[in-house]
Amino acid sequence: MTTIHFNAAACDLCGKCIEKCPFDALTMEENGPKVNEKCRMCGVCVKTCPSHAITFEQKPQKNLIEKSKWKGILIYAEQENGVLHPVTYELIGEARRLAAKVGYEVFAVLVGEDGTVKNAEKLLPYGVKEVFAYEHPGFSGFKADCYADAMADCISQLRPSVVLIGATALGRSLAPRLSVRFHTGLTADCTRLDMRPNTDLVQVRPAFGGNIMAKILISDARPQFATVRYRVMDKAVKVEHPAGKVTQMPVSDAMVRSGIDVLEVTPLIREKSIEEEDVLVVAGRGVKNEDGVALARRLAQQLGGQLCFTRPLVESGLGDNAHQIGLSGRTVRPKLIITCGVSGAIQFAAGMSGSECIVAINSDPNALIFNIANYCIVDNLFDVVPAMLEQLPAAGKETK
Amino acid sequence: MNILVCIKQVPATSKVEIDQETGSLKRLGTQSKTNPYDLSALETALRLRDKIGGKVTALTMGPPQAEQMMYDAYRMGVDDAVILSDRKFAGSDVLATSYTLSQGIRMLGKVDLILCGRQTTDGDTAQIGPAIAEHLGIPHAAWVDEILSVDAMGIEVRQTMAAVTQKSRLRLPCLITVEKNICVPRLPSYRLKRETAQRPIQIYGFDDLPEKNLSLCGLTGSPTHVEEMFAPPSNAKRVMLKGAAGEEAAALITVLKHKKLIEGGAVQ
Ligand SMILES: Cc1cc2nc3c(=O)[nH]c(=O)nc-3n(C[C@H](O)[C@H](O)[C@H](O)COP(=O)(O)OP(=O)(O)OC[C@H]3O[C@@H](n4cnc5c(N)ncnc54)[C@H](O)[C@@H]3O)c2cc1C
Ligand SMILES: Nc1ncnc2c1ncn2[C@@H]1O[C@H](COP(=O)(O)O)[C@@H](O)[C@H]1O
Repeated sequence: MTTIHFNAAACDLCGKCIEKCPFDALTMEENGPKVNEKCRMCGVCVKTCPSHAITFEQKPQKNLIEKSKWKGILIYAEQENGVLHPVTYELIGEARRLAAKVGYEVFAVLVGEDGTVKNAEKLLPYGVKEVFAYEHPGFSGFKADCYADAMADCISQLRPSVVLIGATALGRSLAPRLSVRFHTGLTADCTRLDMRPNTDLVQVRPAFGGNIMAKILISDARPQFATVRYRVMDKAVKVEHPAGKVTQMPVSDAMVRSGIDVLEVTPLIREKSIEEEDVLVVAGRGVKNEDGVALARRLAQQLGGQLCFTRPLVESGLGDNAHQIGLSGRTVRPKLIITCGVSGAIQFAAGMSGSECIVAINSDPNALIFNIANYCIVDNLFDVVPAMLEQLPAAGKETK
Repeated sequence: MNILVCIKQVPATSKVEIDQETGSLKRLGTQSKTNPYDLSALETALRLRDKIGGKVTALTMGPPQAEQMMYDAYRMGVDDAVILSDRKFAGSDVLATSYTLSQGIRMLGKVDLILCGRQTTDGDTAQIGPAIAEHLGIPHAAWVDEILSVDAMGIEVRQTMAAVTQKSRLRLPCLITVEKNICVPRLPSYRLKRETAQRPIQIYGFDDLPEKNLSLCGLTGSPTHVEEMFAPPSNAKRVMLKGAAGEEAAALITVLKHKKLIEGGAVQ
């Protein structure tokens, strides 16, 4: 366990550490800086101090865990309403990659109602050594407390070094309960993982609204919990000779006892708001008319996203207010945004320039949109979009 | 009904830059505000109280400067404000923060319903709420976007998950984390500003907690640690895709697949 230590004799009270601390965690006291609750051990002050008066100090470990007693990687195979979430295959893929580095095996666990064992079998071709299935009618619907009980049962028997859970609505509700129960660390919403030879999991996640990446470790506790964002890891590929098996786990009455009664589960038909969407296609004045809008909408559907509009399209009645992007519309930050026939006026760009990947299709090479786009196609959208529709794989099973 | 709301003071801007010369972080602005997601939790609590009676307490773990946020909470209509502040809480991660908050909740006594925001804009984990529930051994529901009904025994809520909405009944005491769109938070009232200007804010430290277990607080109680911070890989690069329309489309689909922005080969 590390702590920040200030050497009062060496400190010349210059205050640089206080100024540089990104968390506002240092205050100046009579005999030098003091660290407060906000400290996240980022070490900026240690690097900043011109007099080297600040150091990391190792405190004797309170109860050293024996790392070698915790082996393997367990992934949580999430089911919602009886359907496996696609992040499951990405977790298996990532777990296999990490496991290979230290000679670990990959395991999976499922909790749910009838059909859970069937879903468990679907994972075997992807190289999972053993899949633990907790199937019971009492697990119908999501109840965080009793799902945590089942998971805890599995974890305490298997003793995995790493537990990976999808950073989905369900996963992010379940994971914190488990990390508290095992009194260990959990890193939310990881976008990159790595495995050190000493089996410490390196967890990278965005901080400060994505402005900075933080590298996080759980060196003194096991298991190491991480939730992993959907669509950032590589899906597992099938193995040639799958040798795993499914084990149906006994479910006790205590496990299904819950403080939650699930009254109703309804498959989602509500469209997500455009702010929540990962993929957006925008129709600008260049799409001209209803046919152009329909073309852009087909592209959006084929990509599993939604169609949005610039203001002129909303004003002319071709689009609706809830889907207008920009200063007087909504601000979006999707993973992918494809603008079709949009000039990229500043009032429009203000609502979408934070998007992770911007694609622009516009026939005017001088259009402003090309200043902010990552991928630029200077061409007629009525040629490019139909060509894309032809070449894209048919709309996936995850259509909303 | 005793309702407790966990709120946190966060930096007014999430903008930080990496100093190109020294490689250290530059913080832009030192202003603080109430975590915007927590305002929805506060509003939810106030509406419940106004409907069925009771008391709303705002609780935070943070530096004494959190008083400012608590006066804002008073101006929205909160009855009591409690700050847990101690140097021993320094360096808390999710486990230690949720433990300390749960200790604060135990210290305050009978609570029927605990509300949290969806997430903070600085920690941004959405984990504190469910973790508090586990420390207290009570049920929780996350991502609640509607409260359907509440009575002396329980509360009925609607949650939106990835592919379903779920209506559930939770027995009290329980914890829920609410979505931002559950309601529109009210603005602070001028009348309340005058009424509450002198109202005290309770500040407690480590020695006031029921368990006083130092090994579970602050840095010692935090199993995760940040080893390094670095600038995200920039996507400032600009690529022109050229050729006939069919070639441009093909090139685009290839990069998008590569970046996993669209489905590549099918699973199963
Ligand atoms: C106070 C204020 C607030 C505003 N708020 C907003 C806002 O919230 N949202 C918003 O969008 N706008 C807003 N605007 C308007 C904004 O300034 C622009 O007028 C608007 O964004 C332009 O929309 P557009 O790109 O669809 O149309 P245009 O500027 O007309 O651009 C059309 C583009 O399509 C291209 N094109 C034409 N035909 C083709 C083809 N066949 N193939 C490919 N490309 C083609 C053209 O080269 C052109 O670049 C606001 C303006 C003001 C003053
Ligand atoms: N230090 C804190 N004090 C009080 N409540 C907090 C604190 N940190 C987080 N919370 C609550 O937990 C929710 C989720 O926070 P986070 O896990 O940081 O995203 C917030 O919306 C708050 O309701």
